[in-house]
Amino acid sequence: MIISNYNDLVSTANKYKESLDKQTKKVLICAGTGCLAGGSLAIYEKIKSLIKKRGLLVEIDLTKEDEGIGVKKSGCHGFCEAGPLIRIEPYNYLYLHVKLEDCEEIVSKTLIEGKPIERLMYFNNEKLYKTQEEIPFYKRQTRLILHNCGHIDAENIQEYISRGGYKATAIALNTMKSKEICTIITDSGLRGRGGGGYFTGKKWSQVLSQDNPVKYVVCNGDEGDPGAFMDRSIMEGDPHKVIEGMIISGYATGANNGYIYVRAEYPMAVNRLKIAINQALELGLLGNNILDSGFNFNIHIIQGAGAFVCGEGSALTASIEGERGMPRVKPPRTVEKGLFECPTVLNNVETFANVPIIILNGSDEYKKYGTSNNSGTKVFALTGNVVNTGLIEVPMGTTLREVIFDIGGGIPNNKKFKAVQIGGPSGGCLTFDKNHLDLPLSFDSLKSVGAMIGSGGMVVMDEDTCMVEVARFFMSFTQRESCGKCIPCREGTKRMLEILEKITSGNGSLEDLQLLKEIADTVKNTALCGLGKTAANPVLSTLEYFYDEYLAHVKDKICPAKICKGLSTITIDPNMCKGCSKCAKSCPVEAISGTIKNPYVIDKNKCIKCGACIEVCPFKAIKEV
Amino acid sequence: MFNEVFKEKVNEIITRHNSDKKKLISIIQDVQKEYHYLPEEVLIYIADTLDISHAKIYGIATFYENFSLNQKGKNIIKVCDGTACHVRKSIPILNAIYKELGLNDEKNTTDDMIFTVETVSCLGACGLAPVITVNDYVYPKMTPEAVIELLNNIKKEEFR
Ligand SMILES: Cc1cc2nc3c(=O)[nH]c(=O)nc-3n(C[C@H](O)[C@H](O)[C@H](O)COP(=O)(O)O)c2cc1C
Ligand code: SF4
Ligand code: SF4
Ligand code: FES
Repeated sequence: MIISNYNDLVSTANKYKESLDKQTKKVLICAGTGCLAGGSLAIYEKIKSLIKKRGLLVEIDLTKEDEGIGVKKSGCHGFCEAGPLIRIEPYNYLYLHVKLEDCEEIVSKTLIEGKPIERLMYFNNEKLYKTQEEIPFYKRQTRLILHNCGHIDAENIQEYISRGGYKATAIALNTMKSKEICTIITDSGLRGRGGGGYFTGKKWSQVLSQDNPVKYVVCNGDEGDPGAFMDRSIMEGDPHKVIEGMIISGYATGANNGYIYVRAEYPMAVNRLKIAINQALELGLLGNNILDSGFNFNIHIIQGAGAFVCGEGSALTASIEGERGMPRVKPPRTVEKGLFECPTVLNNVETFANVPIIILNGSDEYKKYGTSNNSGTKVFALTGNVVNTGLIEVPMGTTLREVIFDIGGGIPNNKKFKAVQIGGPSGGCLTFDKNHLDLPLSFDSLKSVGAMIGSGGMVVMDEDTCMVEVARFFMSFTQRESCGKCIPCREGTKRMLEILEKITSGNGSLEDLQLLKEIADTVKNTALCGLGKTAANPVLSTLEYFYDEYLAHVKDKICPAKICKGLSTITIDPNMCKGCSKCAKSCPVEAISGTIKNPYVIDKNKCIKCGACIEVCPFKAIKEV
Repeated sequence: MFNEVFKEKVNEIITRHNSDKKKLISIIQDVQKEYHYLPEEVLIYIADTLDISHAKIYGIATFYENFSLNQKGKNIIKVCDGTACHVRKSIPILNAIYKELGLNDEKNTTDDMIFTVETVSCLGACGLAPVITVNDYVYPKMTPEAVIELLNNIKKEEFR
């Protein structure tokens, strides 16, 4: 079947909707990576077979007359901490931490009788939250991009179309000119979600104005930032939205071929995208003469091979061309000479997902979300030491406090909040004291305090985190991932890492802090690509906001968070020590002394922290603090 | 190892990609899927067939992290040490695995070729940190104790 224009699409959508409506009850089982790991696939199979046994299963492709229950695998629901998750419509119940044993009850009690199972629902402060929408984690979000994620079967184009999918494509291709689209995107104020925040409409207009007959659209799904999984969840949970964004981008700039570059660690995203592309091809929404508009567009998927630097635009195109993914000097910019030396639109996954929303609702409506120079919403991956980890979406301009404490539910285990790391290895660490928590999140505000939205990874850290160690951690990442093409990055990150290792192992000096800052500044100012230019950010921001901790490491030789091995001391707890003398016998440097049946003690000055005594103590009385 | 059967497989992969030099990375990816690593003679064969220099193919095979020039064990354990996992204490898990299997950061494959242990910079399941995978199956919310139990279960399977 081919859908040939806007009207045809609308009537097809109605037909799908009618057939979907036969599923008077729906079970949406999260098949995002997090819930899959918790065993959601087995739960899906079990619920499906239980319903089938009762003869109530309705698959949407069947033109069955009877009504019944639909069982589907969906993309990520976002509330990963509480997975495996199940949403049940029309009640909008959300069941958390579902186990295989719960399936019978879910089917008989909820699906047949329509009654909630309270023990599977969200409880907080003695309050029961029955529907998903009431739960504070969801209530305070604005889900535009994630609107479908967790609500539809991501492998079924009929569900997507029945919810208004491909309408934006039809509007764009059937009623608008290329230039008009570029103007709307410019007016919407959409800025690239890949980190830099470059205005998308401006980029598209630049590509449109090139007179090369061959142009490309590239979707950057590399998402190499550790602690980030937004793009993955969009590709897995709502792949058609990304495809739509790419088609519209191709039409707006005169490109007939699109490439999606997905990192190799995301096999499910690749699979879902492939399914989506084939379904769109079958319906004539992709390929030749899309919606009878005369416009041709094809999409190819390329899998990365594990290099963080390949997320950088020029490295990414080199990698698609079969070369080593090394950034090159610019200009010429990608909009002039990108993939295969042709003008190229290169945008992030989430950026493309914004496009259909803007075309459907218009730029003025879109601008109602966010702040004046930062419109729309942003998806963040909220992780680390926070109660509700998961995928969230908020309007630009929301404060960190709202995100971490209202949506995230604060810090677990009665610990204190220490910092939040935003923007991955290119970003910085923000903290409480500096009023950072009341900062409205946006590209501009974060830059002003030395951090970056980056791709949107947000890692919350509690009092047990050592900020010097965190800086070391990021430096070890960037050092490893530097492509090595330019000296400041190749050598600079290595030297910074060495200094940080020296400090965390207890051998740092005040001069080292000085040198660290100097190298950091130099690398920032002289590296060729964004990797090197931003590699120093975690170091610079921790030096600025957590200088005390650095001082404690180099001057007092202590690690306040008790993380750095070299700065810890080994002691015997006199209350637990039974005086068996095993530790004293195992110590290679005779640092332990005492008399039998009395608590033993360790001489700090002699101890070499080998840990041998800890292992042999039968009463677990020896600890590293 | 590089016998006629494998040569035919490699040829088939190269033809599937139209002997296109620009598809080199996809070709190497497919070959690695067959062998689980990239033996030197295979790389040389691909380079000669596609008429590219040995230096270039070696450059590419070593640049990308997912390519391996060494043979790996049967069970590949990936320990995530991304930011989210790191702040939720992934290193003690790695150390527990190293200790249990007698490995370290230099020697990461057991002599019996049963286990290879690698660290990775994010598996994209950060909400459930700390995370490890065994042959791409994700194990969430790991602890040093749980990982030892997991290893023991795998060993039981292997030596049954
Ligand atoms: C080292 C490095 C890694 C990057 N990784 C990514 C990435 O994984 N995904 C992404 O969309 N952009 C990444 N970027 C930014 C891209 O270069 C580019 O700016 C972006 O994809 C453009 O899309 P946008 O305008 O929609 O943001 C990276 C940049 C650098 C320097
Ligand atoms: S800054 Fe680093 S990653 Fe970028 S080109 Fe230079 S060496 Fe390569
Ligand atoms: S850690 Fe080693 S050196 Fe220190 S007291 Fe224990 S056994 Fe002795
Ligand atoms: S940081 Fe470990 S899965 Fe992302």
